Amino acid sequence: MASIGLSVLDWLIIAIYFAFILGLGYYLKKFTKNQEDFFMAGRKNSMWVAGLAFLSANLGALELLGMTGNTFKYGMYVAHFYWVGAIPAMLFLGVYMMPFYYSSRIHSVPGYLKLRFDEKTRVLNAIAFAVMTVLVSGINLYAMALVLHTFLGWSWDVSMWISAATVAAYVTMSGLLSAIFTEIVQFFLIWFGLFLVSILGVVEIGGIDEVFARVPAAYNTLWSTSGDPAQNGMMVTWGGIILGLGFVLSFGYWTTDFLVVQRAFSAKDLRSARMTPIIASFFKMAVPFIVIVAGLVAYILANDSTTGFALLQDGGQVNYDSALPLLIARYYPEGLIGLGITALLAGFMAGQAGNVSAFNTVWTYDIYRALIKKDASDEHLLWMGRVTTIVGIIISVGTAYWAKSFPSIMDYMQAIFSWVNAPLFATMLLGMFVVWITPAGAFWGLLAGMGSSFLMFLAVKFQWISGSIITMSDNSSDMAVNFWRAWWAWLICFVLTIVISLFTKKKPREELVGLVKGLTAEVHDTGIPFLRRPAFYALLSLIVLIILNIIYW
Amino acid sequence: MKSIWFFVGILLLVLGVLILGAGIVGMMSGELPPTVLANLHPRVWWGGIMTIAGILFLVFNRKPRA
Repeated sequence: MASIGLSVLDWLIIAIYFAFILGLGYYLKKFTKNQEDFFMAGRKNSMWVAGLAFLSANLGALELLGMTGNTFKYGMYVAHFYWVGAIPAMLFLGVYMMPFYYSSRIHSVPGYLKLRFDEKTRVLNAIAFAVMTVLVSGINLYAMALVLHTFLGWSWDVSMWISAATVAAYVTMSGLLSAIFTEIVQFFLIWFGLFLVSILGVVEIGGIDEVFARVPAAYNTLWSTSGDPAQNGMMVTWGGIILGLGFVLSFGYWTTDFLVVQRAFSAKDLRSARMTPIIASFFKMAVPFIVIVAGLVAYILANDSTTGFALLQDGGQVNYDSALPLLIARYYPEGLIGLGITALLAGFMAGQAGNVSAFNTVWTYDIYRALIKKDASDEHLLWMGRVTTIVGIIISVGTAYWAKSFPSIMDYMQAIFSWVNAPLFATMLLGMFVVWITPAGAFWGLLAGMGSSFLMFLAVKFQWISGSIITMSDNSSDMAVNFWRAWWAWLICFVLTIVISLFTKKKPREELVGLVKGLTAEVHDTGIPFLRRPAFYALLSLIVLIILNIIYW
Repeated sequence: MKSIWFFVGILLLVLGVLILGAGIVGMMSGELPPTVLANLHPRVWWGGIMTIAGILFLVFNRKPRA
């Protein structure tokens, strides 16, 4: 395709954004004086700041492009990622898990594993998380350069190095605080930069009812076709959606992935930390109004020969990720194009900043201080955080070049979350709610869960076994295999952790006070008016979720 | 420290004014850009919404937080 041309105004908007976030990083530097400021943003954020950052850390451009493309491919079932595949887990984190996390004053999720179990479980998770994070950051960078090269004709190297250097500059200056600030800026840029695509798309089609009327039945429902995988676009059953996505993958990601949970740790008090994912849940439920609507609009336009709209082809295969940029090119005139591109850039860069700020924290606290320099001073840890930021960015750039020469690495990255997070959720769930789970049970259960998930991935990828063995269904998509593989990895970790714990040495109960239910003071919200309680807002969010699922049943 | 909402306000206001201005100039010139639904002048009303949002963020977050 011909590149999308940018005018002087579009370039000016992009330049303003770059100058703005660098200036923001510089301004925040004077408020970043010690390690607590750098890694935890001083633990001063309000629930709104932490809540929007919590959501935005997950709302990268890769996600927006990918989910719009997935809607084109699978239909409305993609909304499950935003609704049943996110909201219950976010509410569970806020209502039940956050008191254990926040009250123990830890700096990271592996830090909790150290207190609850032992050093080796912490280091196992820290290494897995650090590798995952820096690889995802590199893939994010690669994807950004690819999008900018494909649609704008920008130099692959120049666009990657400029954005990587910008992220390195502002995260090195002010750590998590600048990452959170830019994530919030990104949140508004994404809404103002991309929601207009959906609005104009719906107007062109003739209204939202017309949109739903013009897509196949398998594309415009959430549950009514989930009894038979052959009847829905994603080729998955309700069991796969609930167990794999709604339970394991969702809870594994939203309750244990330090990238998002770190934002809640930065809240100023326990109530704000608990409200962080609950506030985020309301905005999460709104994201489909960008990606799902845009994906359905693209599907309708591409299937109507009079519109002249068609997705790109890469080597004879449809490039589904091209849907959103092509809609931007279709509807946005000069000025708005600059805004749309800035929204995507902000999404990519904030995603990278989020990954690198989580990486520098886990490296500094859970690997460097735990294994290499146990007596590190405050100043030394702050220095190490800044150095790690730059090293993390350099590794990301290296990963991006690796991905460029080995594009199928993208396929592997999509599965990484089920290798690391799905079994970790079993470990955390048992650790927080069952007193007698032992350090040996946690370590070997986690290792077996991660290993089995990885082996299942390889077995299907290289066709040692059929994916239908994992999904227990003759008809299944790659997505269905992902869901079910996560479920089995979780189950293996869960069962093994329990069995091994029955025969191994338990930690003394006094060491578990504040870390496990039953040995921790319950949070009853007494003295807080009912309308200000986290549980009330969690209930409200749950009601909205149920209503949305009924409407689009 | 200035609140993050103050900075959000600055960015929305600056970008909103630029887009609104481009929309008004384009509308007054009488030539429509070569995009679908250009006749709806999306830059004018969307840029206007961004400008108003930016002003509101600035007005309500003028004072530094403690």
